[in-house]
Amino acid sequence: MTETWIIVGATSSIARAFARSCAARGVELHLLGRDMPELKRLAADCTLRGAASAKAVAFDARKPEKFEDIIDDAAQSSSILNAAVFVGSMPAQSAIDANPSLIDGVIQDSFTGPARLLQLLAPVLEERGSGTIIGVGSVAGDRGRIGNYVYGAAKAGFATYLSGLRNRLGRAGAHVVTVKPGFVDTAMTWGIEGMFLVASPEDIATSLIKAADKKRNVIYTPFFWRYIMLIIRSIPEFIFKKLSV
Amino acid sequence: MRWKKDELRGWGGALTMEAELARPERQTALTDTLAETPCPAIGARRSYGDAAIARHAIDMTRLDRLISFNAETGLLDAEAGVTISDILNTFAPKGWMPAVMPGTGFATLGGCIAHDVHGKNHQLAGSFGQHVESVLLMGPDGKTQRISLKSKPKLFRATIGGLGQTGIIMSARLHLAKCPAGNMAVHERRIEDLDSFLEAFNASRADYQVGWLDMTAKDTHLGRGILEEAHFASGPFVPSKKSRAVPFYLPGFAMSTPIVKAFNWLYTKRIPEAGRDRERPLHKFFFPLDTIQHWNRLYGKRGFHQFQCVLPDDEAPATLALMLEAVASSGLASPLSVLKRLGHGRGGMMSFPMEGYTLAVDIVNKPSAKALLARLNELARNAGGRVYLAKDSSLEAGYLPAMYSELEDFRAEASKADPEDAFETALVKRLNIRGQA
Repeated sequence: MTETWIIVGATSSIARAFARSCAARGVELHLLGRDMPELKRLAADCTLRGAASAKAVAFDARKPEKFEDIIDDAAQSSSILNAAVFVGSMPAQSAIDANPSLIDGVIQDSFTGPARLLQLLAPVLEERGSGTIIGVGSVAGDRGRIGNYVYGAAKAGFATYLSGLRNRLGRAGAHVVTVKPGFVDTAMTWGIEGMFLVASPEDIATSLIKAADKKRNVIYTPFFWRYIMLIIRSIPEFIFKKLSV
Repeated sequence: MRWKKDELRGWGGALTMEAELARPERQTALTDTLAETPCPAIGARRSYGDAAIARHAIDMTRLDRLISFNAETGLLDAEAGVTISDILNTFAPKGWMPAVMPGTGFATLGGCIAHDVHGKNHQLAGSFGQHVESVLLMGPDGKTQRISLKSKPKLFRATIGGLGQTGIIMSARLHLAKCPAGNMAVHERRIEDLDSFLEAFNASRADYQVGWLDMTAKDTHLGRGILEEAHFASGPFVPSKKSRAVPFYLPGFAMSTPIVKAFNWLYTKRIPEAGRDRERPLHKFFFPLDTIQHWNRLYGKRGFHQFQCVLPDDEAPATLALMLEAVASSGLASPLSVLKRLGHGRGGMMSFPMEGYTLAVDIVNKPSAKALLARLNELARNAGGRVYLAKDSSLEAGYLPAMYSELEDFRAEASKADPEDAFETALVKRLNIRGQA
């Protein structure tokens, strides 16, 4: 049975690596994002790397009125329908502190936008009784930190949403994987001081494919971030509030 | 664009510089970066010396997409950051491969063009640049143009092997060659001394040839080693697996003379006296060192130099003997020493190949290495030979005009394309390649 993957936020580093891994498996790809020329480049690349088809689709997390058409189009294919969500935005916390209206955009990009898209996809998967959704959250969502608590809050919201969606779709035979990557070597982290144990997008993509194949529920990737976050979560609040980790 | 402060090291690790790096992931990010700070592009950083070192540089490795492929003609269009092994892994199952492959699959398309690299089949296939149909080049002003040997012969020949001096290679169209099989039939045999080696090369009709030299051997054993001859065998292509890595820099004594001698002895004895035949998967034959990631750490933190020169046929026997003696008596030899035949094929004004023999030797970066390298460079120049700039860390600027006869033409083209010298690298400055007074 062939597969179709809707990749939301496809031009990000991890999404690109993931799309290529999918392409090598001969799937049909719907590559969603804002940067049309880049999406087209990626589509050509994925086709040459073995994708059955690859289509660039305009998507803006802040324009939900377009979502229905996007899902309808992907649902035309009779193959197993899947989605992987990589969108999110992380302006510097200091920029948000100076201009609180930025919060709305972060929440839309990282949480409510993708949630509204998945909300439209969910009934399709329920009806078909198959399919996998990979939702990429972040370790930043595990605890609010001084450095990026708005982004963290959005990702935490998204993780909670995914947990509920898993509960819902699991009953119908579809599956939801929540992924929490640690530091990944992407344009978002390039040149930021204090990065450590940085993983390559290719390694993350491989772990996503594995997690989807094995129907894992929540994964940290690379795996050791589960333990790092376990420690961070277990720091009592009266101490944590004084830290700037 | 955010710039990352990082130490740039040549693959040999002997030359380093604190640098600021941009790494665009989109075409627009590349344009914006160049507009902000015009500076040279770098790829996989597999050149040994300072060819990929500059105060500011644009890392092209994330611009690595395949753009189009014509399955009839084998013409591939791809972004400069795509690696050779990526091309091989993607197209070998469809029956195509790069006609020329350097010794590492990690090298990028852009890097292979900028150094006009060669492979073990140079006599047969020529250099990498001779298979490039056209290059999409971005000037320091951000303007792009597609150049080919037909449309812009001078600029094209200054770009092939041009060390990135004519502009940023954004993408290129490359003629792939037919890939007849997934395995190479490799014949290996021991060679007793230098004369026998040169004779064996002359007599060989194999498509692919490479010689390994035991650089610790002296006197009557001078120039002994192993000759590998290969042609395509049969079998399906199997992509490379993820390789193991050297996790940290080894201590300095790992490359001391007794250890190198012991290694070389074992390495030679592996091959039975009568020689042996075996089939090797393509990536194991073409990229033997890629099996171990970060193998350069075996030399320790101080790193090593690689000296590679090519010598014309008539001077080669005498000069090679002098070079081997100089290395053997220095105690700085490492197990990685290669002797190959080169043909006359070259794609650009600053291309390395010339008809003759090429010797490549890794030399541990100890204080005494300087004198040895100076001696080797001098020998190469006296013999009418040429030192490979992709490897170099020690050449004297004064030797350059004699070794690279089209240097003046190159300087003129590079200055036209890049009047402000925005694309100068540490190598280009060190050897005054652009020709400032």
